[in-house]
Amino acid sequence: MEQLIEILKELHDDVDYNECETLVEDGILNSLDIVAIITEIDDRFDVRIPAEEILPENFNSAKALWELIERLDD
Amino acid sequence: MSYTTWSFVALIFAAVLLYYLLPKRIRWTVLLCASVIFYAAGGGWYLPFIAATVITTHIAARAISKMASRAEEYISLHREDMSKEERKAYKAKEKGRRCAVLVAVLVLNFGILAVMKYTGFTLNAVNGLLSAFGRGVTVPVPDLLLPLGISFYTFRATGYIIDVYRGKTEAEKNIFRYALFVSFFPLVLQGPISRHSKLAPQLFEGNSLRRENITAGIFRILWGYFKKVAIADTALVGVRAVISGEGFTGMYALYLIIMYSVVIYGDFTGGIDITMGVARLFGIRLEENFKRPFSSRSTQEYWNRWHITMGSWFTDYLFYPMSVSKPMGRLTKRCRTRLGKGIGMRLPVYLATLITWYLTGLWHGAGWNFIVWGLINGVIILVSRELEPLYAKFHKKFPSLDTQKGAYGVFCAVRTFLLMGSVRILDCYGDVPRTFASFGSIFYRFDTWKDLFNGSIITNLGVGVWQYVFLAAATLVVFFVTRRERDELACDKLSRKPVLWAVACTALIFVIVIFGSYGIGFDSNQFIYNQF
Repeated sequence: MEQLIEILKELHDDVDYNECETLVEDGILNSLDIVAIITEIDDRFDVRIPAEEILPENFNSAKALWELIERLDD
Repeated sequence: MSYTTWSFVALIFAAVLLYYLLPKRIRWTVLLCASVIFYAAGGGWYLPFIAATVITTHIAARAISKMASRAEEYISLHREDMSKEERKAYKAKEKGRRCAVLVAVLVLNFGILAVMKYTGFTLNAVNGLLSAFGRGVTVPVPDLLLPLGISFYTFRATGYIIDVYRGKTEAEKNIFRYALFVSFFPLVLQGPISRHSKLAPQLFEGNSLRRENITAGIFRILWGYFKKVAIADTALVGVRAVISGEGFTGMYALYLIIMYSVVIYGDFTGGIDITMGVARLFGIRLEENFKRPFSSRSTQEYWNRWHITMGSWFTDYLFYPMSVSKPMGRLTKRCRTRLGKGIGMRLPVYLATLITWYLTGLWHGAGWNFIVWGLINGVIILVSRELEPLYAKFHKKFPSLDTQKGAYGVFCAVRTFLLMGSVRILDCYGDVPRTFASFGSIFYRFDTWKDLFNGSIITNLGVGVWQYVFLAAATLVVFFVTRRERDELACDKLSRKPVLWAVACTALIFVIVIFGSYGIGFDSNQFIYNQF
């Protein structure tokens, strides 16, 4: 989880990722950010997030994203 | 069959009447019949094309769905006997088979779209090249008529099959029900590009007759006609005068940027209002396609508010799959190794953005102006992205400047409006060099400023002073009504207040009759997005 927050901080360091649950809804993460996050996750966790999993509910919070990583890694 | 014909009004009236007279479970057949009539009225030869799309995507969706069910069944039966790796390998193999079916049907359907829409453009480009290299041969260019709404129904059908492949929606078992989803008549001409998971349940539910659906639908249809016939078609007179006239550059180009924005807004959002209103008469709520786009503070925001369903189609079905694909992943890694993390991370995403915008431009029309329009939009978005750190520094230094409030907010909205309007005039001229020359003239043909101050910019273009007064008043009405639609649509608010609803509808009818651009010998202009 810490590593994931590190990735997110690299994009927008002014966001509290432990609290925010509207990253996509509030436009904090745009489509370019999402692709950058997916590339980093692939690189650091060796988990490929397929296009069909790119849904607002999976990217709205660091927690949701972490759960997605764990699910895909299973 | 255009929205601005009496036969369209008659079709809606008959369909609504029949829809609510029939038992609920077969009400959807009325919509299918109305859709076939609507489509056939546009020209019987169109039908085989849409039928081909319906049949091929239906068969493929059923096949993909069955393959997925079989694979799931196999795994659940053999879960105990298979290791995690074996299960992964089996799933990947099965997914590959489903992917092959998907790719085949996508190639076929986009192939039909490409042949019908882009053959002329491609062959003309080939002939241009042959002529440039001094070859004395030309390839004959066939005159292909574009099947009605092909860009919209192809996207709707291909979106559906991709969703079935991804397991996001159920494959429709009945081909006639599926045919209704693809051909639902209010959506044929200009969208929105609805998703199967959202539209299909409403189509087949057999909605009950509810007063608020009828009143909201009628108001929204009238509101749409008001925007189209009274606003867009009136402003179009001035736009056409600038495009076809000689020497209308400088301030006239600025006039064109503003007036064409009024035209396209009235035309497209008006058309979508009519679409939404017609669907609402049957109790169907379509996805909103616009959310006050001209209030956007940035290009990115504008594209989240304008033609939303098209934007989300390109994002979900093209940009994301391309950006996270294996080749793009390899490119990212290579770029990171050679160019460093910063550029390496951005380059592939930016490439995917430009390809997406190139294809968005091409989707709008077979012409260089559309391609350049798409690419400029892509470049603007990427430049904005690159400038983000600069904006952040700027806002840190001037924290009182809020993009969402006050004078600075208005400045950001006007800036975005003018920027998007400037790119949009590529659509007006249909000619790239002429558009650039016209736009550039704003900055050096200062002699045309006198036409602004002596008023000849008003009188030179065939639009009367009172028409401008009407346009200004009507634009203000639209601005204030849409501004109050943040929480709830005007049609829904009014449907709860019968007296106000009646007054608003009567007023709209009067305004359409008095100020609308129509009459004997005047065939109301086709909607701009019909041609896409």
